[in-house]
Amino acid sequence: MNAIAPQEYKSDLKPIWCPGCGDYSVLTALAKALAELGRPREEIALVSGIGCSSRLPAYTSVYGFHGVHGRALALATGLKIARPDLTVLAAGGDGDGLSIGGNHFLHACRRNVDMTYLLMDNQVYGMTKGQASPTTAPDWCESKLTPLGPGVSPVMPLHLALASGVNFFARGFSGNPNELARLILEGIRHPGFSVIHVLSPCVTFRPEQRAWKQAVHAETVPPETEPAAALARFAADDGFATGVLFAGTRKAFMPERATRREWRDYEARFAA
Amino acid sequence: MNNMSRIAVCDGNEAAAWGVKLSRPDVVAVYPITPQSSLVEYLSKFIADGELDAELMNVEGEHSVLSALQGACLAGARTYTATSGPGLAFMFEPYVRTPGLRLPMVASLVNRDMLSPQCVWGGQQDVMTVRDTGWIHMFCESAQEVLDTVIMAYRIAEHPEVMLPVNVNHDGNYLSYGVSRVEIPSQSVVDAFLGDKNVNWHAALDPDRPMAVDPLTGGADAEGAARFAAYRQSLCRGMQNALAVITDVHAEWECASGRAFAPLVEEYRLEDAEIALVTIGSMSGAAKDAVDAAREAGIAAGVIRIKTFRPFPVEALARAAGKVRALGVVDRAVSYGWNCGPVCQEVLGALYRTGRAIPVLSFIGGLAGADLTGEHFARAIEATRQALATPPEARTPAPVWLNAREEGMPR
Repeated sequence: MNAIAPQEYKSDLKPIWCPGCGDYSVLTALAKALAELGRPREEIALVSGIGCSSRLPAYTSVYGFHGVHGRALALATGLKIARPDLTVLAAGGDGDGLSIGGNHFLHACRRNVDMTYLLMDNQVYGMTKGQASPTTAPDWCESKLTPLGPGVSPVMPLHLALASGVNFFARGFSGNPNELARLILEGIRHPGFSVIHVLSPCVTFRPEQRAWKQAVHAETVPPETEPAAALARFAADDGFATGVLFAGTRKAFMPERATRREWRDYEARFAA
Repeated sequence: MNNMSRIAVCDGNEAAAWGVKLSRPDVVAVYPITPQSSLVEYLSKFIADGELDAELMNVEGEHSVLSALQGACLAGARTYTATSGPGLAFMFEPYVRTPGLRLPMVASLVNRDMLSPQCVWGGQQDVMTVRDTGWIHMFCESAQEVLDTVIMAYRIAEHPEVMLPVNVNHDGNYLSYGVSRVEIPSQSVVDAFLGDKNVNWHAALDPDRPMAVDPLTGGADAEGAARFAAYRQSLCRGMQNALAVITDVHAEWECASGRAFAPLVEEYRLEDAEIALVTIGSMSGAAKDAVDAAREAGIAAGVIRIKTFRPFPVEALARAAGKVRALGVVDRAVSYGWNCGPVCQEVLGALYRTGRAIPVLSFIGGLAGADLTGEHFARAIEATRQALATPPEARTPAPVWLNAREEGMPR
């Protein structure tokens, strides 16, 4: 069944991420997951926003679009509605997805359209050279823009997603691309909206993130299926538990298409 | 008090930050975007070092930046922000309301070309897209002019006869990162120039006069329609008043700082000129060099540089254009549907005042960071001269694309 090699899902473009960037491994894991999925390239679409990680579509060989800052999920939703037969993925960073795109993140979770979101989190705006993002700790003082630290609570993607109705939430680490590939594949196969929260270090502006390799720990308990139970279990989440953390049972949302109606339906209505 | 200015070597972003610091804003709100990011980082440093007593709000996007500043400005604060290209696009909704609210904000636009195609480099498509929103727009040629114009912008914006937001435009890449010698005026000189802070006399939170700002206005009934029209007329008056205020403020700044900049339109070597290039922003330096070279070759060319673009300096432009027999207008943006540059289209409008239908050529270049060199301006000078010898019916209305693919280049 696996007729397409992972390499076939990569484009000829050489990524221009910094040396050591976690995003290289996310690309590798994604290609591996797509090869496992086994769908031809023209049956897959990948949409991104703006930022270092949002360059991802250009480095793949599937349908890709580098969209407006923060709007990857809105765009991907429209694409999936127009072409429900495609496997639709969206990708972007913590800046793109949780600052300007924060509102769309909430609504993508509650709308629960069948697509998969790679949220590549390095807790920094890398493309604009190292400012605090919504997931940055309040006491991180290395940004020129917030030399005393951002001083505000970070957004917790897991809690935000659960509270908003997400149907699948997994956390992976770019340093473990095999596990990440498995999580991406599981997310794609799970109905509804799936979030793959990827810890993907920025060694340029957050060199201390090299220690993430020691911080991550695999979750051994099976995923929760009820949001309330998941919120209770992960209330004190340290942000480094990897694996499938939540796998809900909501039915994926797909709007009714008026054109699917038979002309007889209308005839019957007008006859009445 | 120390009245001495000091010399620094810095880029345009740092120069803008110095202008802001010396103007003592109360609230600065920011979201980083290329090529603006270092500008707001310089401001953050001034605040962190205790050199500027202002609140810096690091918010979640440009829409929030300008909304936060509307709140601050309505409360009587002097405000500042800076953005570029797509950031300006995201800011659009609060941006278009700011002039109607008569909030005297100052904001830098570090000009960047607009998407799509995706690009992160300089161009003026961002500002040209918002030219009719009611913001005052001034364009700078050098880092020094950026610094000085930011300071002047507060005087212009807060003038009771104007009360409009001002955008100080400086080209991304060339001015934002180009380093040059800059004279930084002393705080005491700037304090004396700006006078007592009185930012928002018409709407500031006043315990004696609480009011709700911007209720629903307009509608089909005569009273609502007339009230709405009155607001629009008032904004137009503020815009037109700004022409004299900008001129006066530049003259006062010259007295205070010793540096003179043309407030509306700069005329460069127009005496006895046969043709002139019309320029805007940082490209003007290369255009002046090309004119100097042409003069040495015996060609009577000059430059008309537009400093103030909104309000459009119709009289000043017509006066300058009246001295030559043909114009070549160089744009770093496109006016879709007119098939020319936006500045070219505006110049044509102003030329009507002269009653002379002289040849006007539109040159489009410098898009998405493309270099506009002396050679490009030499070509523009030559083409404009040739237009003089071309009968009107043979003149092509199509623009000349200065950085377009040439014959033989791969497609």
